[in-house]
Amino acid sequence: MSDVAHPAAPDHPATPGSAVPPDYLHDGHTLRSWLFTTDHKRIAILFALSITLFFFIGAIAISVVRLELVTPAGDLVSDDTYNKMFTLHGIVMVWFFLIPSIPATFGNFLLPLMIGAKDLAFPRINVLSWYLYVAGALLTVVTIIAGGVDTGWTFYVPYSTMFSNTAVLTAAMGVFVNGFSSVLTGVNFIATTHVLRAPGMTWFRLPLFVWAMYATSLVMVLATPVLAMTLLLIVVERWFDLPVFDASRGGDPLLFQHLFWFYSHPAVYIMVLPAMGVASELIACFARRRLFGYSFMVYALVAIAVIGFFVWGHHMFVSGQSPYANVVFSFLSFMVAVPSAIKVFNWTATLYRGSIGFDAPMLYAFGFLGLFTIGGLTGLFLATVPIDIHVTDTYFVVAHFHYIMVGGTVSAFFGALHFWWPKITGRLYPETLARIAAVLMFFGFNLTFFPQFVMGYLGMPRRYHVYPPEFQIYHVLSTSGAALLGVAYVMPLFYLIWSFRWGARAGANPWRAKGLEWQAPSPPPRDNFLTPPVVGEPYDYHPPEGPTAAEEQVA
Amino acid sequence: MSAWRTSLPQASTAAVQVDHAFFWVLLISGLILFVLLVLIVGFVIRYRRGSPAFRGPLPKSFKHELEIGWTVATTFLAIFIFWWFTAGNGLPPRAAPDQLEVHVVAKQWMWKTQHPDGAREIDALHIPVGRQVRLVMTSQDVIHSFYAPAFRLKQDVLPGRSTELVFTPTELGTFELFCAEYCGTQHSHMKGEIMVMTPAAYRAWLPRQPHGDTLAHEGEALYARFGCGACHAPGSQVRAPKLGGLYMSTVLLRGGASVKADDAYLRTAILEPRDQIASGYDPIMPSYGGVATASDVEALVAYLKTLEKGGEP
Repeated sequence: MSDVAHPAAPDHPATPGSAVPPDYLHDGHTLRSWLFTTDHKRIAILFALSITLFFFIGAIAISVVRLELVTPAGDLVSDDTYNKMFTLHGIVMVWFFLIPSIPATFGNFLLPLMIGAKDLAFPRINVLSWYLYVAGALLTVVTIIAGGVDTGWTFYVPYSTMFSNTAVLTAAMGVFVNGFSSVLTGVNFIATTHVLRAPGMTWFRLPLFVWAMYATSLVMVLATPVLAMTLLLIVVERWFDLPVFDASRGGDPLLFQHLFWFYSHPAVYIMVLPAMGVASELIACFARRRLFGYSFMVYALVAIAVIGFFVWGHHMFVSGQSPYANVVFSFLSFMVAVPSAIKVFNWTATLYRGSIGFDAPMLYAFGFLGLFTIGGLTGLFLATVPIDIHVTDTYFVVAHFHYIMVGGTVSAFFGALHFWWPKITGRLYPETLARIAAVLMFFGFNLTFFPQFVMGYLGMPRRYHVYPPEFQIYHVLSTSGAALLGVAYVMPLFYLIWSFRWGARAGANPWRAKGLEWQAPSPPPRDNFLTPPVVGEPYDYHPPEGPTAAEEQVA
Repeated sequence: MSAWRTSLPQASTAAVQVDHAFFWVLLISGLILFVLLVLIVGFVIRYRRGSPAFRGPLPKSFKHELEIGWTVATTFLAIFIFWWFTAGNGLPPRAAPDQLEVHVVAKQWMWKTQHPDGAREIDALHIPVGRQVRLVMTSQDVIHSFYAPAFRLKQDVLPGRSTELVFTPTELGTFELFCAEYCGTQHSHMKGEIMVMTPAAYRAWLPRQPHGDTLAHEGEALYARFGCGACHAPGSQVRAPKLGGLYMSTVLLRGGASVKADDAYLRTAILEPRDQIASGYDPIMPSYGGVATASDVEALVAYLKTLEKGGEP
């Protein structure tokens, strides 16, 4: 890292005679100054702390599941406890970690900085968004105290409405309330991108991270209300006995699945589009290279967000949906693979003729690239109807979506955490430890989830408390991988906390990166920039245009 | 630690197709992954910071041709895989003339199967090899899913409607049956065995089983028990649609629409009579949703299907 760091750069290039404003971390030290803040950077920190807490709650839940699965018999916890644990893991990880993960933390912190703004368009709505998250999260904690919920994170009816005797209502209300947090964040980001761009920051100069936030916000605003409605219908049926989904009284259980996946498939893109934005920033910076095919990257993001709304039926190939609908949804699912593939090709091409450094954020970006690619390619199997009929609801699907959401999104989340850590805290993290954690995370991840592809194809159904003994070896591998993964997740918790106190000062731009956020001091003051930022072409890491191929041959 | 599963039997015609599709998609995606890996590792080594590689700007002509090239190529590849494996294979197979129809009722946490002659089984299904089987499945409570990995087949089983699974077993032996849709506390215990036998062994096995009545006979008894004839019998005081020859006929509905009286129609007519009112009749029939169980409805439907025109009960 020594070759890129500016060790002695002053934090605040103060102009003579003007008082330097305090950075956002020191702009008030009371609890009140945090809880009633409207500063997007402080709200990002509030979100970061809350989702970290829930990440570990979700991780503890799945540790119980993985330990139980070490042996084929149900010998560690009861079947009900097992079912509650995988449900808790799903609900917490999807709604209280992954959905807000990158947008509510890095998006919140960076979006105004990247477009040269002082804050988001609606700072008070921004803090309301955090309070709604907390309200939803508290309902989830109440659910746990009330004994948990055992429906799976998908809340399938009629199990959730007529058969489960667990705390379905509080769990559903927690997710319902949290949905408003997503919507408000989305509205805020869309408005901010439209109206608060600095002079000269045209749409096609926006960093890909901002485009990713914009596309994600559109999906959040358009899809989340459908989830809210669906959860309310569960409440209505469970509480008031109104037969919306009860087949014996004219309701339709498949209606629930259509509504649920109409939200929950686009929700996958809420989780992964931000990761794509992060990867674009990281790869360009550490390859010291202009991002290959900028405009195609933008179109691909928008295409994924749009087509993503029309593929929900691929979750329902065996549900009893019409086989003709299956064929149509299969076709559309193949189509959504195209823009994702284009992004992978562009990231790869960005490396060409680069000057590639291997700092921890780049290692995480490589991890993202490899794991997202495997996750995407296994999506081709699931889009193929006959193969999906065999592997859906098995561990093959479990492996597939973890490659996308954990291999992809969580790797990118940690990449972002290390890349922007100097900006957020003003400190450098310990590079060697961070590289070890990044490599460990990659191997731990593959050891956890690759065996799941194999056992899934061999017929191991998901959500099984006891299972045929011939699958044991795969489960043992998977659980050992999860242990490594756990170490890789806990390591940054320690060294980052250490560096926050004792790390070397970072300076404004330790990576010599080109985004506007690096023109602000580290950590930035309340209004972000001391002098108005200078807007140039995005990813200006090397001269834009060279000689033609013919000229180059002559040379 | 017991034996380690490394392969699955290919015990149905579908299994061969699925493994074939899986092999080719695996090969194609493996190639894509390999090429990407070679490129990434190659670039990483060649263009690592400090290496002497040439790093000038990209040739102008380079960018758009590449972008358009791989966009088009990926689109065609995606359409090709879709066309090859889904467009032709996504639809269920045609019914064979000697098709064996077995009724399956799923409930927390067991599988009940019933053969055409009335033989009943629990958590087991005996079928003859080489003959097409049609499973007509319904659930008594929540959604379950009939999953036979050795056949590469899976179909959700829903309350209030029937779903079907058509397949031809090709290998003798005992194969596992799982419930693949999470259905509550003992979901992972909802298992069974599928025994594929020679046709002769199947014929010998059938009469030795505990027999319920045939489904249609059972339906006839239920017809009497629920007092359906009070309205539907030809000489009844109450005006209600005649049931003889109803199956697969065209029913005129109030409001002018018409509908074919298939299985789904008969089932709805019992559970939710007010959904589709036959033209010229009053909506007076009560719902039997709370009275008839899922297996009762299957039996009633099977009985109605046997009624000839004019041969009213």
